[in-house]
Parts: sequence; C-alpha cells; structure tokens
Amino acid sequence: MSHLPQTIHEARRLLRSGAMTSVELTEAYLERIAQMEPDIHAYLHVAEAQALAQARLADERMAAGQDTPLLGVPLGVKDIINVQGMPATAGSRILEGFMPPYEATVSRKLREQGAVFLGKLNTDEFAMGWSTENSAYGVTHNPWAQDRVPGGSSGGPAAAVAAGEAAASLGTDTGGSVRQPASWTNTVGLRPTYGRVSRYGVIAFASSLDQVGPITRDVRDSALLLEAIAGHDPKDSTTFSDAVPHYADMLDGGVKGMRFGLPREYFTEGMHPGVEKATREAVARLRDLGAIVEEVSLPHTDYGMPVYYLIATAEASANLSRYDGVRYGYSAKAPDLQENYKLTRGRGFGQEVKRRILLGTYALSAGYYDAYYLKAQKVRTLIRADFDAVFEQCDALVAPVAPIPPYRIGEAPTDPVALYLLDVMTLPSALAGVPALALPADFVEEDGAKLPVGVQFIGRPLDEATLFRIGRAFEQANEVA
Amino acid sequence: MFSSHLSPFTQYEVVIGLEVHAELITKSKMFCSCSADFFGAAPNTHVCPVCLAMPGALPVINKEAVAQTIRAGLALNCTIAEDVRFERKNYTYPDLPKGYQITQYELPQAVNGWLDIDTPDGVKRISITRAHLEEDTGKLVHENGASLVDYNRAGVPLLEIVSEPDMRSIDEVNEYLTRLRQILIYIGASTGDLEKGAMRMEANISLRPAGSEALGVKVEVKNLNSFRAVRNAIAYEIARQERILRAGGQVEQVTMGWLEAEGRTYVQRSKEDAHDYRYFPEPDLPPLRIERAWVAELAASLPELPHARRQRFVAQYGLSPKDADVLTAERPTADYFDALVAAVGEDMPAKKVANWVMGDLFRLVNDNGLPISDIPVTPEKFAGLLKLVAARTINANTASQVLKTMFKTGEGAQTIVQREGLAQVSDAAALETLVDRLLAEHPDEVARYRAGKVQLFGWFVGQVMRETRGKANPGVVQKLLKDRLNS
Repeated sequence: MSHLPQTIHEARRLLRSGAMTSVELTEAYLERIAQMEPDIHAYLHVAEAQALAQARLADERMAAGQDTPLLGVPLGVKDIINVQGMPATAGSRILEGFMPPYEATVSRKLREQGAVFLGKLNTDEFAMGWSTENSAYGVTHNPWAQDRVPGGSSGGPAAAVAAGEAAASLGTDTGGSVRQPASWTNTVGLRPTYGRVSRYGVIAFASSLDQVGPITRDVRDSALLLEAIAGHDPKDSTTFSDAVPHYADMLDGGVKGMRFGLPREYFTEGMHPGVEKATREAVARLRDLGAIVEEVSLPHTDYGMPVYYLIATAEASANLSRYDGVRYGYSAKAPDLQENYKLTRGRGFGQEVKRRILLGTYALSAGYYDAYYLKAQKVRTLIRADFDAVFEQCDALVAPVAPIPPYRIGEAPTDPVALYLLDVMTLPSALAGVPALALPADFVEEDGAKLPVGVQFIGRPLDEATLFRIGRAFEQANEVA
Repeated sequence: MFSSHLSPFTQYEVVIGLEVHAELITKSKMFCSCSADFFGAAPNTHVCPVCLAMPGALPVINKEAVAQTIRAGLALNCTIAEDVRFERKNYTYPDLPKGYQITQYELPQAVNGWLDIDTPDGVKRISITRAHLEEDTGKLVHENGASLVDYNRAGVPLLEIVSEPDMRSIDEVNEYLTRLRQILIYIGASTGDLEKGAMRMEANISLRPAGSEALGVKVEVKNLNSFRAVRNAIAYEIARQERILRAGGQVEQVTMGWLEAEGRTYVQRSKEDAHDYRYFPEPDLPPLRIERAWVAELAASLPELPHARRQRFVAQYGLSPKDADVLTAERPTADYFDALVAAVGEDMPAKKVANWVMGDLFRLVNDNGLPISDIPVTPEKFAGLLKLVAARTINANTASQVLKTMFKTGEGAQTIVQREGLAQVSDAAALETLVDRLLAEHPDEVARYRAGKVQLFGWFVGQVMRETRGKANPGVVQKLLKDRLNS
C-alpha cells in the first residue's frame, strides 16, 4: 500500500497538501484492514460507516481552513476505551454486544480534534494479560511473525499500527500493557505519568495504575497524540491540573550531557541474550550521543511483581463487581438472584480474570488485609522512593522492556508465576506512577524470524517532554545506524 | 458469662446505641451531577453512567455534600477531620450498582461529638462516635413476583451518625432521635422527612445486670424507618433478651430486621455469617484535605442551634422551659417569635407575646396548614395588633377576631380596627351612662347582688360587653360597676 502514510504527521502532510482527502485516506486504511485482518486480527470492531462520516466532517473542517495535528487522521482505539456508537467489550464475553451510552474523555478529545476512529482493537480480557491470548474474541497475530503473539494487553493497538492498519492507536498500560506490545511490534509506546491522561470512560482494571497511552510509529506521533489526550479532566479526580506542554515542539535538543541511569536489577536471570544485547547497544548509542550512563540501583525492584499483583488484583476484584448481569452486558438470566450471579460471572469471565478476582478478594479479606494489601501499599511507597532517589542523580533511566522477545501463540510459560515475571521491568515504574517510553531498539533472529526488541526510557513524573527528546535523539541515531 | 448467679430478682439495665442515616440536602448526587431530588420521580430517570456504574465511569466528590457533613459534624460538637478518605465497602446486591459502596471508614469526616438530651433527671450528654459521608443505594421494588430496581436513589449523599451506647431507656432514644432530627433540619442538612425515607435508623441493644460495668452481648436491629419502629423494636428486644437471660440463656450476637406488621424482630444473619466488606481506600478519589478556613466559614454559616435557642428563650424572654421548647421546636417558628418579640418591643412582655403565639396564632396556622414562614400575618403585622392590645385600644377578644381577619385578608390590624370600628370604648362618661341605664333596667338583679349573690357581677359585665359588642374596656367597666353596685 504505497499510498498509505507511515505516521500521523505524514498523513497530515498529505491531507494538508491536498494530495488526499480524509475520506480517501480512511478508505485506504479500511482497505488495508480488510486485506490484513484475516492474518492479523487486530480489530474486534471495524466502524466503516462512522469512520467515513468522521472523515467527511474532517474534510469539511479542512475546507474551512482548519489545520490541527490530528484532523482527518485515522486512528484505532483499544476496545477498553469507550467510543460513542461503537461496542466496548474489554475483550470479555461479559460485555459482548455492550454499547456504552457515553464516550471516554480521551475519545471525545480526539473526536473534537478531528481524528477518525477506524474501530476497536483487541485486548486481553479487561487488560489482564501479555499476549491477547486472554481475549474472549481470539488472539491477535504479530505482524512481524504471524505465528507469534503481539504482546499485550494492548496487542491489538500495537499490531494494528505495526501492520499499517491505523496511523496510530490508543492503548492502556496498567503494568506494561502499552510498552511490552510496542516493544514486540517495533512500535513506540508511551505510558504517561499516572494522572496525566483522563481515565473517564476507560473500562477499569486497576484504578491506581491504569493509564491511557499512545502507540505510534515514531516519537513525534507519540508526542502529538499525548498532547491531544492529556490534561485535567473534571470527571477524573486523579488527573493533574498541570498545563499540557506542546510536546511536539520540544523534541529537538538531543541527549548531550544528559545523565542516564541503568538499573542493575533489570538484568534478570532468564533474560534473552538478544534483549540484553539490545539494551547494551542502546546504552552505547546514548554514550555516542554524548550522554552519561551510569549503573544505578532500584533496590525494591524484586518486590514489584508481588506488590503489583496484590494491588492490581485487589482493585480489580472491586472494579469487576459491577458485571453482575443486572443492568447491562451478558446475563445468564437465571430465575434466582444468587444463581444468576454465579452463572453470569462464571460464564462471562475467562480464567485469568477469575484468577485475579480471587487473588484480589483474598488480599483484601479480613485477617489478610494487613499482611497483603496494606503491606503491598507500604512497599509501593518504597518502590516510589527508589525512583525518587535515582532521579536525584539522573534525568532518565534506560532499561529493557520485556525479558524475552514475542513467544509463539499458545507457547506462553505455563506456570502463572513465570508468566507474571514477564513484566518485572515495566511493573515498578507503573507502581511509581512515572512515565516511560518504549521504542524500537533492535531485532533478534529466532527460527528464521526477525523479532522486534524494544528499549524503554523511564522519566520523572510529568516529564514526558524529556522522554520524547531522548526518544527522538535515539530514534534518529537508530535511523542512521 | 456467669449468668447462673443471677437471681430472678436481678434488675437489668438496657444499653442502646444508634446509627442514623440521614439523606443530605444537596442539588446533585454524591459522585455525579444527577439531581438528588428524586422523590416521586419515575423510576430510573435520575441516573447517568456514574450512578449506574457503567463500565469506565468515575466518581467525583460533591463538595456541597462534604460541606453539609461538616456543618452537621459541627452542630453535633464533633472534631472535624483535616484528612478524610473515601473507601470501598464491597458487597453484592442488585441495588448497589458498583458492587461496592463508597463510604468513609478509617478517616471519617467528623468524630468525638455529643448531643445533649433532656431526661427526667436533667440534661444527659450522649456521645457521638462519628459522623461520616457515604452514598445511598438504589431501591428494590417487588411487583408481580418480579424484582425491579430503581436507581434514582443510588448515589444520593447519606450522612451516617453513630452514637456511643449511651442510652439507657426508650425515652432517651426517642429524645435523642427527636433532638438529632431537629438539629439536622435546623441547619438545613436534611429534611428529616421520615415518610420519604430521609432518615433511617439502626439500634444496638444489649442488657446487663444493673450495676454491672461490662457490656452484654448486643443485637443490631436494622431497617427501622420511623421513631415508632425504633421504640417498638427496642421494647421487643428488651423483653426478648430479658426472657433469655432470666431463663439462664445467652443472647446471641446477631443482626436482626424488624417486621413492622408483626411487631417482632427476626434474625437476618448470625455472627458467623457477618459480611467481610473488604474495605480499602477508593483509588478513584484522592484523599480530601479539609482547609481550616473552610471549616470556619461553614461554622459561621450555622444558625443558632435548638438547644442554645431554647436556653436563650428562657433567659432572654423569661419563658418557661416548656414554652421555650414549643417555640424552638422548629426553626421557622423560633425565627417568627424572635422577629415578633423584636417588633413588639417594650410594649408587651415576651411571655405574653408567647401566649398569643402558642394560642391564637398556632390555632390559625394549624387550621390553615401553612408553614409559619408563609402566613400572611407577618411578625410585623402581628406586632401591630399586639401593640393595639397593649395600648388598650382593643381588648383581647377583639384582638382574636382581628387576627382571624388579618389571617384571611393579610391586612394590618389598624386597618381592620378602624374600618370595623372596633376600637375599645374606654371613655368613662359614655360607659357611665350605659351602666346606669343597665342597672335601672334590672332592679331585681341589683337587689339580688346586694343581698349577697356576688356571682351576678360577671353577668353585669357581660351585659355591658354585649351592649358595646365587646369594645368596652373591661377594666373601666368593672370599676364602674363596682362603684355603682357597692355604693
């Protein structure tokens, strides 16, 4: 598809120049979707008619002289974010056919800025997973190696962008769900500072961790998209009121003289040599660019996994209580109330969701609360303090994203604990609420397949601008190399 | 417990604590912008994604509800917490859309207060453990064998006031509830409208041998929707528990419901089945920091509270405690009285003004069913009438009649008195002629009076009043009659 632009800013250039209308561009993406979906299955819902209607509106706005960064640009949205007029399933049977009666703040902002929504993208059920294998609606295939998973839970958004089925997309990151699939699909994934982007209308997994983040082809797009969705929302009391910078104007400047920390705890046993190599090479590249990179310690890193799985599951156990078959979504329609609860939730939720509800319920139970949930909150404070301490000495951290490259569909580690270790490098920053940007670093060869490996930069709270500047410098150096 | 040493003559003391839920008066619900004024609305018309717990919806704290909670806390002499936190109370029921209730648990808004009640032994102070803010649930409606849910009430702000187990009788409970309700209505925090479910009560009841310090096993009775239900349920529980104890048994710690129609409590759940609510801090709402300046502002917004007003009415107006109680029972009445006394000024003692209010005015207000704040006889107009009485321009009887007319027409007293020529006749000369004529016309009665039938004096007065259609100044008439008859 030679005429499909690679990025948002390229799409805008085409639209602005009049080389293409938004309707033409949208049609081209819809065609691309139709062509790729049998192999990729990134989309759970393609909203052809609505997308074209939005595109026509965008064309009218452009005809009226409007020129904003997202006007007329076709995007995809993870199916855990409510978009008016489109179903929202969260990848779960329990929300099959559910049409949200309202729109998420992020969707509303994008709509107001003239973006076009192509449809809703696959996710692990309620964002609980690493691969989209936990989606009730089938697995998404990695465009770089179609027998492999794209990562997760934002596997649909990552795969769609990697496969050129959307100019960019929105995912959500609770413990790494934007960064890990970005790393596995050679895309750019940002987890913003917790509270930078509104969660209103984003189906909750773990409220104190969930954050919407862009998945894009390059850093400039990430900056454009974050600027479009960030900011205080009176409907989400956890959002910051700090002004949103013009991130895309702050990309240049390089990393010369910047201080980076390389957390020694992130180099774990069982790490794929290709991942370690990619990270070491990234460090070398930063040094080449004039940055100072020093090893640092985040001593409570090992607690990230247990702390995350106590807090996230505790919050999830409450957040998912509303799916009771009474008001919306799937209902077993059993005549007895208790029976209906059991059947509705028994049939509506998948294994992983049930496992996490049980874990979370247990962690909050009388007699266990202090030992588990409360203790986890205390350790979370220590993990935050780890980051506060290293950011005294450095501007950002450089680290691997996932310990292994994408695995084959159906070949995930079978032991849940081994599986949970997949996100040890993304969990601590999520718990600390700090921003992190994952971007393509390298490829590893495995069984003849070229598998993407990413690297992440972790920054100070609300300092996404620095991450973009680093990302841009790194990206440019990579292009040359 | 060593119940075996109790003799059949053991006296038991009842120990009662109360939890009161009061719906707060706010424009919108606790966490969304739906109108909180849902009473009588068609089912599920005051709802939105937030109070229906649609996927992705988030709560936002209603500042007005926090303000009302702080005001109530201040009125109940509580310490107002600076750091307040909402938590999730998890349980499953169809009327609870999120599957958890957002409530204050570990860090409530108001703690360590008290409420003074009157008892036959004097004033008693009931400690208030806490007053906190939470959200109401929806309502189940059972119809034709089906259960329907109305979420109009879901998310309406609810104030929960928890007392210490300080009450020792049903009368004390009744007094506490009456005073509490009075305060909440006074400060405009709640309508206190029990019929509309604006107040709901739970009682903890236990018995212990008189003189014992240790608390007995308590039973919690829920779903008490009227003061009468509270009284009846407590009476029932006292009798039931006493029967068990006297038989040498032990009261079980249970949660009970109250069957109003059957007049009995029933076990809802035992201690073993007690809910584990799995409270944890609400991650969607950052903890609240309550600025002291705001608390001071809210304190300044409080009206004079009933108890203080009662005391002032006694001290300042010289009213009996009983009259002061009647006049301060409702804030609009007390406001009316204060304004009336001020308008009457020095012309009539407040005690007399009170008699006019509690007598003639209350009768008219009751008959008309109007709130006292809306009656056509404003305090200023009523004062005009009472001033005419004080100046003896009209007498009490006439004033009663004029007041009735004022109530109907809204006119001033002076206007009516002038138009209808009701001014009292105090002119001794005119009355002298009348009295002389009267005595001349009734020689028999004069003779009988003089022979000792002094009761006839009243009849003579009545005749004069009739002749003057009530306008005669009774004092002057009496003096004239006495002079003539006794000479």
